[in-house]
Amino acid sequence: MEPFTTLTAIAAPLPLANVDTDKIIPGRFLKTIQRTGLGVHLFDTLRYDATGAERSDFVLNQAPYRAAKILIAHENFGCGSSREHAPWALLDFGIRCVIAPDFADIFYNNCFKNGILPIRLPRDVCDALMAEAAMGENARITIDLHAQVVKTPTGQEIKFEIDAHRRHLLLEGLDEIGQTLSRGSAIDMYEAARDARLPWLPALTAG
Amino acid sequence: MPRTLFDKIWDAHVVERLEDGTCVLYIDRHLLHEVTSPQAFEGLRLAGRHVRRPDATIAVVDHNVPTSDRRLGIAEPESRLQIETLERNVVEFGVPYIPLLDARQGIVHVVGPEQGISLPGMTIVCGDSHTSTHGAMGALAFGIGTSEVEHVLATQTLLQKPAKNMLVRVDGMLPAGVTAKDVVLAIIGKIGTAGGTGYVIEYAGEAIRALDMAGRFTVCNMSIEAGARAGLIAPDDTTFAYIEGRPFAPQGADFAQAVDYWRTLPSDAGATYDRTVVLDAAAIAPMVTWGTSPETVVPISGVVPNPDDEADAAKRAQMQRMLTYMGLAPGQRLADVPIDVVFIGSCTNSRIEDLRAVAGVVRGRHVADGVRALVVPGSGLVKQQAEAEGLDRVLLEAGFEWREPGCSMCLGMNPDQLTTGQRCASTSNRNFEGRQGPGGRTHLVSPAMAAAAAITGRLTDIREFA
Repeated sequence: MEPFTTLTAIAAPLPLANVDTDKIIPGRFLKTIQRTGLGVHLFDTLRYDATGAERSDFVLNQAPYRAAKILIAHENFGCGSSREHAPWALLDFGIRCVIAPDFADIFYNNCFKNGILPIRLPRDVCDALMAEAAMGENARITIDLHAQVVKTPTGQEIKFEIDAHRRHLLLEGLDEIGQTLSRGSAIDMYEAARDARLPWLPALTAG
Repeated sequence: MPRTLFDKIWDAHVVERLEDGTCVLYIDRHLLHEVTSPQAFEGLRLAGRHVRRPDATIAVVDHNVPTSDRRLGIAEPESRLQIETLERNVVEFGVPYIPLLDARQGIVHVVGPEQGISLPGMTIVCGDSHTSTHGAMGALAFGIGTSEVEHVLATQTLLQKPAKNMLVRVDGMLPAGVTAKDVVLAIIGKIGTAGGTGYVIEYAGEAIRALDMAGRFTVCNMSIEAGARAGLIAPDDTTFAYIEGRPFAPQGADFAQAVDYWRTLPSDAGATYDRTVVLDAAAIAPMVTWGTSPETVVPISGVVPNPDDEADAAKRAQMQRMLTYMGLAPGQRLADVPIDVVFIGSCTNSRIEDLRAVAGVVRGRHVADGVRALVVPGSGLVKQQAEAEGLDRVLLEAGFEWREPGCSMCLGMNPDQLTTGQRCASTSNRNFEGRQGPGGRTHLVSPAMAAAAAITGRLTDIREFA
């Protein structure tokens, strides 16, 4: 996973609440066995009309925002299904950071596994950032994960909160599975204790 | 200190607690399907890792399988590739698998409980948000992304922080015509689609206790539509009677020993919750959604709300967008809205009890002209049971399609999709834009309400349907 340290980029305002994962990537595009290549289908129904042509009124179809790496949205971003295709599609398009008042739990988790930083900021702060982002190319936002601050185009610094463990993994770009496997002996001990406690627990077989 | 059901299951599964409170949580059961697992197996392969506990893992295909006769193979090449990829992966990694043509095949959240794979007190995960369904067994069950699927395959654990506890109590008894689906839609309407974010919801109260297991699965299934990753119902005699004798459940003396343990799981008297929500069962009506979020729900006797009554400008704009998408006008009576399609199925409502309710409504009647009505059983065993009871004849004679099991039109990954502008009364769980097919319009309802809509050709109050 690519580490996330600092990011200075154009931010695209998407003033919608409850952006669900079907909206981020509709179900019919999940028939892939790869993680990459989903960017073209990101926000498919918002981005393209019935003929497949781009909708000019959608933010990511507008000149400066085609290069956006930051997305700013309203409440409950990423609600709905657990599909990791949603962060994969965002990442494949180039988005490395999503800022919103709050996120659905599974989507929030999935972002960290893919080097995407989801930042929770109050609604009024998101609205102010969206207003600045509307200035387009000249309005680059900087994210400093180490310092846990968002720097606005006008130089304001906004602090954000994040779990220490998740921050560490993201800053270092660490393989979480490798980290957990290094705790193998603790897992062995847990399993032995559980087998003694619940000896009736059945095993699964092909049946 | 008194503990909740959630606290007890959580505490029993903590392998290790890290400095910032993140826990290494042990996972008892890992369910796999074809859509969210290929990249996880690929990750294992690239890193040279194996599946730590194949005996705690089981795979089934459901999301993109066709619901027509499957003996001739799968026509759609991308779907076929995903299914074949899963079949190769289960062989390579030694994971138990229920094949497409096996009678036990079906929707993973129907199959798990039906086979006795999901049991009380367990931690259960699956790369699907409706894993919350299994919480009806008194298990901590939640959906995960594909990276976490890979993490569980390799380590049999997940890194998690404990959720907050929410109690949703439904007091009193439900009126006639009001079902588990209406209860959970009413709950989502009350707390909102993000109301449960960060929480595990425990459902309790007289109306919940009185539900059969099918109803409990329906309620827990839609916890995620309220933002909660997991829903829980304390295991009781209804739960134990359901489990006894199922293939992967403990048998004989082991079962008795397991029940002794399961009886220790319900929340202690005096356990505290971070939030408590109380509903009066008598006040719940048959519900129907009007918009493109499950929280946009009203009683069937109600009308489409007016965006002008909403003070917040962003919410007003969103409501307006929903009404345009849904082709509805403020003040319109829901019970008059004509429908084109009826979908009976999904992990929310495809169990034998749901199909009996549908057959009970449509027996001796016929689907309205111009309406397409599909019934997609939750599993091959549900289908067999329905056929043994003659429900298939009742449904076919009424003009319904009787199809093979799978997720089907719930999420539009297989050929069962709505076309642009088609309006569907659906027993599924999500009414998002395009969920059942591009441009499709979804109204979430109970099985009985969907059945009545199929007969009348419009959204219908089941209490007035005679």
